[in-house]
This record gives sequence, C-alpha cells and structure tokens, in this order.
Amino acid sequence: MAAIEHDSEPLTLGRLWSDKRYRAVITQILVVAGMFMLLAFLATNAVQNLEALGKTFGFDFLWAPAGYDINQTLIPYDSRETHFRAGVVGLLNTGLVAITGCIFATILGFILGVLRLSSNWLINRIVYCYIEFTRNVPVLVQILLWHGVIVSTLPGVRQALSPTEGVFLSNRGFYVPKPVFEDGFMLVIIAFLAAIAGMVVFSRWAKKHQEATGQIYPVFSIGVAAIIGLPLIAFFVAGMPLAFEMPELKGFNFQGGVVVRPEFAALWFALSIYTAAFIAENVRSGIQSVSHGQTEAAFALGIKPNWTMRLIIVPQALRVIVPPLTSQYLNLTKNSSLAIAIGYMDIVATFGGITLNQTGKEMEVMIIVLTIYLTISLLISAFMNWYNRRIALVER
Amino acid sequence: MADTTQTYEPGTHPDLPPPMATRGPILWVRKNLLSSPTNIFLTVVSVYLLYLFVPGALNWALFDAVWDAGSRAECREIGQGACWALAEVRFGQFIYGFYPEHLRWRVDLTAVLFILAILPLLWDKTPFRTQMLMFSAVFPVIGYFLLVGGLGLEPVETTKIGGFTLNVVIGVTGIVASLPLGILLALGRRSHMPIVRTLCVMFIEFIRGVPLITLLFVASTMLNYFLPPGTTFDLILRVLIMVTLFSSAYIAEVVRGGLQAIPKGQIEAADAMGLRYWQSMRLVVLPQALKISIPGIVNTFVGLFKDTTLVVIIGLTDVLGVGRASLSDAKWQGLAWEVYVFIAILFFICCFSMSRYSIYLEKKLHTGHKR
Repeated sequence: MAAIEHDSEPLTLGRLWSDKRYRAVITQILVVAGMFMLLAFLATNAVQNLEALGKTFGFDFLWAPAGYDINQTLIPYDSRETHFRAGVVGLLNTGLVAITGCIFATILGFILGVLRLSSNWLINRIVYCYIEFTRNVPVLVQILLWHGVIVSTLPGVRQALSPTEGVFLSNRGFYVPKPVFEDGFMLVIIAFLAAIAGMVVFSRWAKKHQEATGQIYPVFSIGVAAIIGLPLIAFFVAGMPLAFEMPELKGFNFQGGVVVRPEFAALWFALSIYTAAFIAENVRSGIQSVSHGQTEAAFALGIKPNWTMRLIIVPQALRVIVPPLTSQYLNLTKNSSLAIAIGYMDIVATFGGITLNQTGKEMEVMIIVLTIYLTISLLISAFMNWYNRRIALVER
Repeated sequence: MADTTQTYEPGTHPDLPPPMATRGPILWVRKNLLSSPTNIFLTVVSVYLLYLFVPGALNWALFDAVWDAGSRAECREIGQGACWALAEVRFGQFIYGFYPEHLRWRVDLTAVLFILAILPLLWDKTPFRTQMLMFSAVFPVIGYFLLVGGLGLEPVETTKIGGFTLNVVIGVTGIVASLPLGILLALGRRSHMPIVRTLCVMFIEFIRGVPLITLLFVASTMLNYFLPPGTTFDLILRVLIMVTLFSSAYIAEVVRGGLQAIPKGQIEAADAMGLRYWQSMRLVVLPQALKISIPGIVNTFVGLFKDTTLVVIIGLTDVLGVGRASLSDAKWQGLAWEVYVFIAILFFICCFSMSRYSIYLEKKLHTGHKR
C-alpha cells in the first residue's frame, strides 16, 4: 500500500533525484550525453586537424604499392606488392612467433612447474631462481639481450660455426638443412594419418571394452608405437623418399637450406622463456590446489601412483591451470608486438611502422592494428571460455 | 624368541639404542637429494648444469671483470670478463638520463621523499602514520615541482628527464593516477545500470585486448589529432595519459576481484542502515575490498613498471634508451651482455622486492585457512 501511495505522489524535481529508479535512468542519460559530447568533441577536432593538414580519411592506401622489403615472409612478397599484402605478411609473422612461442612456453612451463614441486631440493631451488629471474626482468630487456647476444657474439657468415654437418650458426641467422620431399612421401603421410585414425577407433573400442568387461588395454603405449612405427615402416617401404638441401656458402651469404633469422630466434626464445616462467607458476599452483586427500583416497583405493596422477590429479589441476594459461597466451601474443624493437617484421613493424610512416595515415593504420589485436584477443578468450566450460566442474 | 618373554623389574631395563638420526647434513642429503632413482638422476643433472653455468658466469661477471677502463678495446686488453667500466662511466646517465648534472640532487631528494611517502601506505606500523599519510597525499605536488621546476626552482625540460628516473616516474604516476580511475571502472562494471556497465566493460576489454605498445603509438602519432587545433603538449605527458588508461583497466579487474569477495550481506546491511550508494561503498565495501586487492595491485604495479621500458620504442630515453645509445657509441660497441645484464639487475632488484612484498601481504591477509 505504501508503495502505491508513494508512487501517486506528484513528480517533483527533488523526487526524481532521491528515488533510486529515476536516479539510475537520469544518471545513464547523463552518461550517454557526456559520452556523445566527448566523442563529438574528439571527432570535430580530428576533422579540423586533418583538414588543416590536408589529409583525408580513407583506406585506399591499402592498395597502393608498399615499396619496402620484408626479410622474413611466409607467403611470396616483394616490394611492388600492396600495403595490404605487407600487412598480411606481418600478421602471419606475428602468428608464427605467437604460435611457436605458445607451444614452447607451454612445454617448458609444464616441465618447470612440475620440477618446482619436486622433492629434490637442488632442482627445486634452480627452477625457483630461473622463474624469479625471468619473471622480474622486463621482457623487452630480455628480447634485446638475446638479440644483442646473437648479433654481437656469433661470428659473421664467412666464419660461421658449424656444430654438425649442414648446420651453420652466424650472426645473420641459423642455417639448417631443408627437407625436400620426393614422390612417394605421400605414402608416409597416408600411413601417419591412418595410424591416427586407427588409434582413435581403437581407443574408443578399448574404452567400451573396459566399461563392459573391466579389461584394460595399454592404449597409450600401443598408440605411440603405431603413430611412430607405421609411418617409419612406410618410409622404408617407399625407399626413403627424403633428401636434404644443404645450405652452402656462396658469395656473401648462404644459399639454400632453411634460415632462422636472429630477430625471430631472439624474439621467440625471449618470449617463450619469459612466458614459461609464468606458466610454471600457474602449473605449480594448479597442482597444489588439488587437495592432498585426493591422492590419499586414490592410494587407499589401490590406484597406482602414475594412474593417480593421470586420472585424478591432472584433470582437477587443469581446471585451475587453464584460465590463467589463456591470459598467458594472450600476453605472449600481445608481447610479440615488441618485435619492432629488434626489427622482426610483425604486424606492428610492417603496418604500424613502415606503412604508417610512408603513407602518413596514422588514424587508419592504428585503427586496423588495434582491431586486429582486439579480434585475436577476443577469439582466443572465446575459445578458452568454451574449453573452460567443457571441463568445468558440474555443480548442482 | 626367548628375548620377548624376558621380564625386567621396573628401572632395570638396559638402555635402548638411540633412535636413527632425524637431523644432520647426511640425512638431509639422503632425504632431499638421493631419496629415489629419479631424485638421484635429477641431482646429477642439476649438479652438471650448475657446473656448466655457474663458474663461467661468476668468472665473467666478477673475477675476470674489468671495472676501470676508458673504452671497450681497453677493457679487452685488461681482461676477458665483463666490461663493467661502461656501466661505471655512464652510471649517471643510466639513472638520471640527461637531467642537468648540478640539479641531480633534486631527483635524489624526490626519491627519498617518495620512500617516506609510500612507507605509511606499505607498513601499517609506521610511527606517526596519520601525519605521514597527510604527507603522502601532498607528495605528488612536491615531487612534480622538484622534478620539473617552478616555484623558484630552476625549470627543467621534461625531455631531460630520462634514465631509470623516467621509468620510476612513469610507473609511479601511472599506478597512482590509475587507482581512482580503476576503482570507478570496477564499480561501474558491477553497477546495475546497463549502459554504465556496458561502457565500462567495453573500455576494460578494449584496453586489455591490445598491446601497450600500440597504445603508445596512438599517443605518439595520433593523440594530437583529437585535441583542439593548435594544442601541443609534450610526449611524456601523452605517454603518462596512455599508461594511466592502460593500467586503470588492469587495476579495475583486480579491484573487481576484491569486490566480488565481499559477501552480499555487507552491502545489504549497509542498505538496511540507510546508507546511500556512495556512502556504503566508501564506508563499508571499498575498505574491505581494497584491503584484499592490495597484493593484486602490487602485482599490477610490477607489471606496469616492467612495461615502462616500452617507451624506448617511441623515442623516449629511459634506462633502456640510454643503454642502446651507449651500445651505438663507437667506443663501447658490442657490449650487449654488459648493458642489458646491468639493466636487468636494476629491474630485478626493484621487481623482486615488490613481489616479495606482495607475497608477504598475501600471507598476512590469509590467516587461518591452512592446514
């Protein structure tokens, strides 16, 4: 009753502000108005400034010839191609370092995280020192350090170190033999795919069989044997259809082979070992978060130690590990933009650096670069949220 | 079997052998280093790794190092180790940048006052805490005038502020300025007003989704476009604005974590007592939420402080800029190890002590729920 009477009171200016519901509406209207005013202010300034400089807003420059070279390209590119293509090359380079970096960082991080929990005092301390050192030094310093070390301590091309045949280490890059696939290699690939398909079927069958009879097959060891063994047999049957193209010193540089540039090597290495330290801490806290009672209960049920790890500890620990792992992947991807400091041609260096300077289209270029990073971030977090939901604990 | 049936009169039983040692170096080694085959293997591997790296590193950094020389060539004549002479010759630049030499005392004074200003915030047993906190509140103004000049002090151009000082200035200003903004964003993200909430979420996710370096590029290349024609203001200020916006998004997420940890009953109780929204936030919720988010804020600060090195990419001469400049000096070329290891140690000392502090805080705040 009180509420109705209250509502029938005349709407006064004072009441508009003291009633929670009206106040919420008014505040939001004010916020929107403020936002629009701010945006209008910024936009008019931008229009005026661009006019004063005689610049126009538009994305036509994307199709103009870029006119600069990129030293590492995953797709064919030369300086006569468009800015758009240069951007794509840069984006692929970002992707390359981000993906390889994430893989290496994850492997290293998991190993270090487990070793950090080892009862061995010595290894425990070593890993602790490693983690604290890498985590507390800016990643840019580490990138510059490794780049500086490669460029200033490795010898020049002519005196390149050659630890084994066909491998050359010089300050212009690491040269390794390039595998050349001859005809008949298809057979190996087919064997590999067949082995994987067979193992998927076999593991499903084994699971059903176990549920029905309780018998357990060593699926994992059989799987490893089949996936490695089958392609190997196919390789020999096909008559070893694989050759290596050796890098050779011709003139001032090496010809042939696969080259890993010092910029890529330094960036990849620094980003991975930096991120691995963070992942190691996530893994450690994840494993520690599984209550000790779980292990004790598993042992009490007579489950073997390595099965306890695989079936009881790891699945529970993963729930704690995965969310922060996502943000580490994101961080690595974002940190890969530091490539510009050492001249690795990623999206920021090609598009945000050279294209921006050449065309003077600051606004358009920055909008594109920011949108690309935002899209990558949102995609990674969307994927990880989906994964997270899949493995989340189903509660009542 | 005869032994077991033997009986003794009370007090006549012969002394039992002493129990196995539960302490002592040998037992410690056996328990911690050699308890199982895997363990032995790990010990061997780590001893080998230590043997591989530690003597070489120590020789390089300390025993064979050269502390006094005029150029790289001179260094190499004296010894094969690190050429720390470079860091020694340019130490002033590494710390102060191009700050005029006769005014460097002002930077030192600011640093001392800064320590006095943060002491009461970090340590709740500081003597005269209330008075000290008042000093903390006015410190930013004092620090500004000390560094930039004015009020009778000789003015110094902001471009002259450089070296490690610049990193500290950007880091501290960024975190101090972003704290209120971050708290507002966190409150906005938990607000019941859909438009306010959406705006806050969009801002936070946008900032967290892009790398800081692109935001710095925005600051250096296109921020001027959005200001009234004719306005120019210096790069450091633009960088400070961007860094503040950047860290406010991260602070907002930390504070949101703190807010979520406060039971709903607290807000309901505040409502029941007739407190308005801002009153209940200021008096009831935020004091509790901020207290538990301090470790997270310190961690954000560590991250931001490390990120201040990125300003070198847009052309400011921070400690890394000084380092790169000295590497391109013909006299000192090729000393990448020395320069970057020196800078790394500088950052390590600062960041490691801060992360230890945040661990100490976490331990202090989490009482009682441990086995």
